[in-house]
This record gives sequence, structure tokens and C-alpha cells, in this order.
Amino acid sequence: MTSLMSIAGPILMGAVFGYLLQQGKVTSCNVIENQFRLRDFTVLKVMGTAIVVGGIGVLLLVDTGNTKYYVKDANMLAVALGAALFGVGMVVYGYCPGTALGAIASGSVHAAVGAFGMIAGAILYALSFDWVKAHILNVWALGKVRLPDITGVPDGVWFAALAIGAGAFFVWVEASEAKAKRAQG
Amino acid sequence: MTMMTDVVVENAGKSGRIDWSPYLVGTGIGILSWVAFAGFGDPLGVTTAFSRVASLFAAPVIGSEAVAANSYWKSMPLKWDYGVWFLVGIPLGAFLSAIISGTWRLELVPEVWKERFGPSVLKRFVAAFLGGIVIMYGARLAGGCTSGHGISGGLQLALSSWLFLAVMFATGLVVSRLMFRKA
Repeated sequence: MTSLMSIAGPILMGAVFGYLLQQGKVTSCNVIENQFRLRDFTVLKVMGTAIVVGGIGVLLLVDTGNTKYYVKDANMLAVALGAALFGVGMVVYGYCPGTALGAIASGSVHAAVGAFGMIAGAILYALSFDWVKAHILNVWALGKVRLPDITGVPDGVWFAALAIGAGAFFVWVEASEAKAKRAQG
Repeated sequence: MTMMTDVVVENAGKSGRIDWSPYLVGTGIGILSWVAFAGFGDPLGVTTAFSRVASLFAAPVIGSEAVAANSYWKSMPLKWDYGVWFLVGIPLGAFLSAIISGTWRLELVPEVWKERFGPSVLKRFVAAFLGGIVIMYGARLAGGCTSGHGISGGLQLALSSWLFLAVMFATGLVVSRLMFRKA
């Protein structure tokens, strides 16, 4: 029973995630490319809402002892370089790794071709890992830190600011989109 | 050399449509994160498990001894754990949504790409492959992707993840501007 759950559980979680990505249209290369071209804000709407809703819930779950944080290491140089490469790859590929897996299943053949590129990229990383570990991962390695730790600003204030900031931004985006739609006729 | 035609491409031939609000979808992913944290102790993420699976494909290329001796895969060996089964679930769910909503469609070259770079399938495939290499190398170097860093790390207010989000979006904006610049 436990072994069944340890397989069915994650498959179900992944399936809900994939279902939501497809329902959210973020498995579309057009939607992702147009986010970076600032013509379609679907990606930011989905991610921003997920971060605020998810974050407030997880904060409460941590405070009530129902879970803990799983923070990734702040190896600042590696994260910055990796994120820059990621940005380049995301625009050229047109997907991120998770949305690509969803896109393959909804008929995108070029997403599948890119998935083989992703396998090659993972292999290249493994092959270069010893050098990267010795020269990049250890630069400005600050550990598993959270913004509230380094700023002294409490979690609640962060989320209030995030929620208000994201909310204001989305109201503005919706208004601009409605205006553009009216102008189009 | 470069065509200067400004083609307005209508989204013709799309049979199905999905009308879910992106805020509803984001809320759904947020709630899914609660379950991932509290129920499984395993935040949403993709590329850590992806690189475990990649070792399967590496064996025929560099030999299974080289894979076994590799220090990265020693720290992250292939095992059928939560993350890998989660990866299996993603296409299943997306497929289900695409079939139910009628949005499943074969796509060789996406519209935005066609508008800018033309209908060549080979050109698009080469770009997708190269982009795939770069995005996964970057994800492993940074320690996560849009899901693991962007959403799961972002919602934990992790310093690493907000650095990732800022640099990733900034770089993407610049590269997109260069790539889609009118020649």
C-alpha cells in the first residue's frame, strides 16, 4: 500500500501540475515567447499568483509545524550564471523544462526535439561537474538563506508587499489589455 | 536576404479553446504546492529528476562505467523516486487536458517562430535542440528551473530563487528583443 502510494501519489501530483499548465496555456511556445516580448502576460499571471497563494499557505503550514522549508543553496555566482543561460535557452527553445514536458504531450514535436537537447545539456553538466564545483559553485556561497533572514523584514511583510505589488501590476495589465482589445475593435 | 514582410498571422485552425483564467491556474498551482510541501515533503520541481533520468541516456554515449564513476551522478543516481514519477505525471495531465479541451494539435513550427524565421522545420528543430541544451545546463548550474526555483523557491522567499527569477527574466527580455528584432 505504501509502495503503491509512493508511485501513484507523485504521478497524480505531476498529472495535476501538467493539467494546470495546459489549462493555463503556458505549454504554448507562442505564449511563452510573447511573455518575453511583453505582448502576453499569461506566464507572469500564473507564476505570480502561484507564488503568492502558495507562499502564504506554505508559511502557515511551516508556522503550524506541518512542513518545513526546502530552500536551495544560494551559490550566487552559479545561480546568476545558470539563470542567465536559462533565460537564453528559454527564449531560443520557447519552453521551460516543465512546460516542455506538457507541450510534448499536447502535440508539440519541436518540444520533443528540444527535450533531447535537454538530455544532452544534463549530460554536459554532469561531465563538467567537477570543474564547476571547484570553480563556480563555491563562489559567494551563502547557504540556504531566505530573504526574511538576510533583511530582517518578517515573512508577513514580504507577502503583504508581494500580494499588493502583484495585485496592482495585474490590475494595470488587465486594464492595458482591455484597452488594446477595444482599440482593435 | 531577410524578408521584410510583416505577416499578421491569425490563429486559424485552432479547434478547441480553453477559457480558464491564468489566476485560477496560478491559484491551483499554489494549492498544489501546499500538498507538495505538507503531504509529500517534496516541493514541485522538474530538472533534478530530469538529470537523474538523463544518466540512462548517458550510458550508451559515454559508457556505463563513466556514468558510474561520475561524481555528479554519484550524488544524484538514477532512482525511481518522487521527482521522477512526478515527471511521468506531467505529460499525462497535459495530455488529458489537451484531449478534453480539444487543444491537442501537432505543432512542428510555432506561429511566433514562423512569423520571424519562416516555416523551415529543420531550422526550428535545430534551435529547439540547442535551446534545450542551454536551458538544462543553466538549470543544473542554478540548481533549479521555473518550477523548482521560480515557483517553489520563490514562494519560500529563498534568496537563490529570487536571484534566479530576476536574472532569468532580465536575460530573457534582452535575448528576445535581439532575436525578434526586425532585421
